[in-house]
Amino acid sequence: MLKLENVSFEVQVDDSRKEILKNINVEIDDGFVAITGPNGGGKSTLAKIIAGIYTPTSGKIYFDGVDITDKTITERANMGISFAFQQPVRFKGLTVKDIITLAAGRKITVGDACKYLSEVGLCARDYIDREVNASLSGGELKRIEIAMINARGTKLSVFDEPEAGIDLWSFNNLIQVFEKMHERTNGSIIIISHQERILNIADKIIVVANGEITQYGNKEDILPDLLGKASAPCKVLTDN
Amino acid sequence: MDTIRNELLAKIADLHKTPEGAYNIRANGALDSRSSTANIEIVSKTDKDGIDIIIKPNTKNESVHIPVIISESGLTEMVYNDFYIGEGADVVIVAGCGIHNCGDQSSEHDGIHTFHVGKGARVRYVERHYGDGDGNGENIMNPTTVIEIDEDGYMEMETTQIKGVDSTNRITTATLGKGAKLVIKEKLMTHGKQFAQTDFTINLDGEGSGANIVSRSVAKDTSRQVFKSNINGNNKCSGHTECDAIIMDEATVVAIPEITANHIDAELIHEAAIGKIAGEQIIKLMTLGLTEQEAEEQIVNGFLK
Repeated sequence: MLKLENVSFEVQVDDSRKEILKNINVEIDDGFVAITGPNGGGKSTLAKIIAGIYTPTSGKIYFDGVDITDKTITERANMGISFAFQQPVRFKGLTVKDIITLAAGRKITVGDACKYLSEVGLCARDYIDREVNASLSGGELKRIEIAMINARGTKLSVFDEPEAGIDLWSFNNLIQVFEKMHERTNGSIIIISHQERILNIADKIIVVANGEITQYGNKEDILPDLLGKASAPCKVLTDN
Repeated sequence: MDTIRNELLAKIADLHKTPEGAYNIRANGALDSRSSTANIEIVSKTDKDGIDIIIKPNTKNESVHIPVIISESGLTEMVYNDFYIGEGADVVIVAGCGIHNCGDQSSEHDGIHTFHVGKGARVRYVERHYGDGDGNGENIMNPTTVIEIDEDGYMEMETTQIKGVDSTNRITTATLGKGAKLVIKEKLMTHGKQFAQTDFTINLDGEGSGANIVSRSVAKDTSRQVFKSNINGNNKCSGHTECDAIIMDEATVVAIPEITANHIDAELIHEAAIGKIAGEQIIKLMTLGLTEQEAEEQIVNGFLK
């Protein structure tokens, strides 16, 4: 479904070029793929490259066999790629119903909106007419972000740390949301996450560190290794 | 005239047929039609152009529509409308001006609306300004609103100018008595070479009075906007003024919020923000399948909704 071929991404930092992604080669065909790895390793950049927000410095991206490297964000969205932001965007004046309608790309009924919202644990009655502005908490915005992806129901959905800011009470629900979404779209769901519970529902796990894919394989093979590895990131400094 | 008249009435007053309740329709400087009700009387002024709208005390759930439309190029008028809202009344007043100018000369409507809101009365005042036409003549509107709210009275003013007004200077002054409240919501969009100035002066004279002035505007192309608001806290009171503007293209927006506390228990806040549409908002909507232009339209429409 999704194939990245020799994808690199560089940015200019002061006088030098910094490589954020180094020659990424990966093919994703499975239902659930989790991307994990240390902060600053390039995970979010990889997601933005897939959504078209960043253009790779070199390399090619294929979606269902079509080269989408030069396609815009809009074109990719209409081809069936969805992207849930790590930090959801606020809109003064646009209501939750407006934004879910835009996501669905068609007129939706209150009943439809209610379905998408209740799946992410929000009562439509309380939210449907509220503006997607600063009056919503970070956790509420994250849920609405997921509801938008749900309303789109595309072949490929990419989530950047969807669980961040969502309370533990709702965690099981959140996992069910992804499972239901997968049942419905029968497509691929890529989730960037650090949470063991999310890694646990993945079919495959990709580990990204220092701009490279350091591990990619079945959850059963990768997860035990990851959990065993949690150790100090560097040597402890001492006075001498 | 009839089609243009009906279109203008629909734009400024949501009127698709003869309104219910009291109304006064003014077209091209003269009376088009009028209706008073048992509780709301509309009479022409004898000393100058305009009308008195007298609402009896305790009139509830009634509405008054007083739209003004101009379709003649080169017409200039100055109208005085006085509203007397009796004690304990609860009414909706819809005013508005629509100009359709197909000629080369400027058409101008200047109006002074004075509201006397009685004790404990509640008024929702909706004012819309709209212009169109394919001529080179300018559409000019200079509305002045004077508001006096008596003890425990409440007035909410929604003023909207979305399209087609080339030049406008909107002046609103209000004086609030004890426990009186005033809410003003302004929505404004300018495009082309338009100029719009808004000037609010609110005097919170009465103990426990309060005002909330919120303006949202979008300035496109090379248009210019000036927003001034001045809240004077002369007693124990609370006042809040907020101006939030989206600037696009080569437009100019000036915001001058001013608050003056003349009393130790006056609590006043002003906020003003001007900025372009955030890039991340456009990107977010593009990830939902909208083009950049569609995203921009949605953001602007939502902001002014």
